[in-house]
Amino acid sequence: MRELKITPIKNGTVIDHITSGFALEVLRIIGANNLDKESTVSVALHVRSRRMGWKDIVKVENMELSPQKVNAIALLSPTATISMIQDFKVIEKRPVTLPDHFTGVLKCPNPNCISNQGEPIEPEFDVVHRRPLALRCRYCDRYVDDFLPHLKTR
Amino acid sequence: MGVVITRRGHSGAHRFAKPYTSRACRPTGMGLKGRDLVSIKDLSKQEIESIISAARRHIPVAEGKRTSTLLDGKLLALAFFEPSTRTRLSFETAMLRLGGRTITIADPAVSSVAKGETLSDTVRMLSGYADAIVVRHPNEGASRLASQVSEKPVINAGDGAGQHPTQTLLDLATMEEHFHTLSGLKVVLMGDLRYGRTVHSLAYALALFGAHLVLTSPPALRIPEHIRSDLAEIGADIREEADLRRAVQDADVLYVTRIQKERFGDLAEYARVSSGYRLDPSILEEVKPSFIVMHPLPRVAEIPSEVDSSSHAAYFRQAFLAVPVRMALLSLILSGQPGPGGG
Ligand SMILES: Nc1ncnc2c1ncn2[C@@H]1O[C@H](COP(=O)(O)OP(=O)(O)OP(=O)(O)O)[C@@H](O)[C@H]1O
Ligand SMILES: [Mg+2]
Ligand SMILES: [Zn+2]
Repeated sequence: MRELKITPIKNGTVIDHITSGFALEVLRIIGANNLDKESTVSVALHVRSRRMGWKDIVKVENMELSPQKVNAIALLSPTATISMIQDFKVIEKRPVTLPDHFTGVLKCPNPNCISNQGEPIEPEFDVVHRRPLALRCRYCDRYVDDFLPHLKTR
Repeated sequence: MGVVITRRGHSGAHRFAKPYTSRACRPTGMGLKGRDLVSIKDLSKQEIESIISAARRHIPVAEGKRTSTLLDGKLLALAFFEPSTRTRLSFETAMLRLGGRTITIADPAVSSVAKGETLSDTVRMLSGYADAIVVRHPNEGASRLASQVSEKPVINAGDGAGQHPTQTLLDLATMEEHFHTLSGLKVVLMGDLRYGRTVHSLAYALALFGAHLVLTSPPALRIPEHIRSDLAEIGADIREEADLRRAVQDADVLYVTRIQKERFGDLAEYARVSSGYRLDPSILEEVKPSFIVMHPLPRVAEIPSEVDSSSHAAYFRQAFLAVPVRMALLSLILSGQPGPGGG
């Protein structure tokens, strides 16, 4: 069942199998509003998926994702897959993977944490539980299991 | 984007960059010299035992019956970014009793902190001056940050609602002195088990030593779920008991904590919760003869002064032991020696 609801891209990145409803957050993470002027960004919301029921898809021309952005996407949507497109072909496809450790992706939800006081440090978290996902701040030990409000891209 | 601090490399000693994995990957048996103490979890059970037994050797010096020059020539920086007379004085006393010296940031309002200097910069400067730094700070995680920035060992003397590992050490030393063991003790933890920073690390350490924990607190101040799950992970034996009289039955220790006014938005709620939280002295009529009452002090009204003269009151001994325990820690970190020679 090969169907492309949106125009194929020559070079760029496809983020597929995004948890339904999270495409706009993914756009925010990748910084879709300040990309190269020549880049087209296409978004498909609420697409039928055999595997997931419903999913979202984001396709961005002429862009590669930094590891930090991939990590942020993994936090929100562990099912996402990332495909690199070159010359209209998929040259690499991989699922996002959750690292054991996050740096600079989330802000600590504890307002009293030293990482929120203007010190020259990036917030750092360790994964303490995978299913369901829970992180812990390396500075103040606070648990985080609700990531959306604390993404640094917000 | 600011300058990102890179973790300092350090020859020999592990720097505890990772709070929850450090113990597993740390080589054992290399002593405490040059190490940081940020969280009680930075220490193994054997290391805690070695500090407690070293503290015993320091008691005569702490009492002024003997003198020591163990830390002669060493300089300790006391970086107190929030007021804490008690903790600061006990560290200062410990250092002076060992023949060392101290420099102090006692009042952040008049120091460079007031001029907006970051903690990172202040600590980096102090680490150039002193041989070790004691940090007390209102923000959680401040000592972890300080330990990353400092070239010299950092000892956490309380960071916000976070860790206060030296308090835990002296609490354990008090119980160990009285019962000659920690394993199998039945310890009742009473009061603010939600925000009380001393209680979380104490519960963790007691569980490590195989104590049985009984928790008794107002419903609003029950222990947070994540702390409970941490404790469960190390196999802690915990139960909750709302009725204090039942809780202390055949218990060995009652550890009372303060209910802090500043944790409550609503003062009426504070008054309601705290007024019910007072140790009724008649409870002591039914306890074991060896039973002790502990409190990190200062107390407000949780323990009426009539308990002070009871043989069960251990909180003044506990306050005194702050000095030899901190002496032991400073000796081990600064010189690698457990205590004054000759036993
Ligand atoms: N030239 C292209 N332009 C835009 N999107 C493309 C292009 N080629 C492939 N894609 C998209 O990239 C993703 C991976 O491509 P692939 O051909 O592997 O898809 P698939 O067969 O649907 O695999 P699966 O859904 O199991 O990941 C899909 O979402 C696909 O729609
Ligand atoms: Mg597909
Ligand atoms: Zn934090």
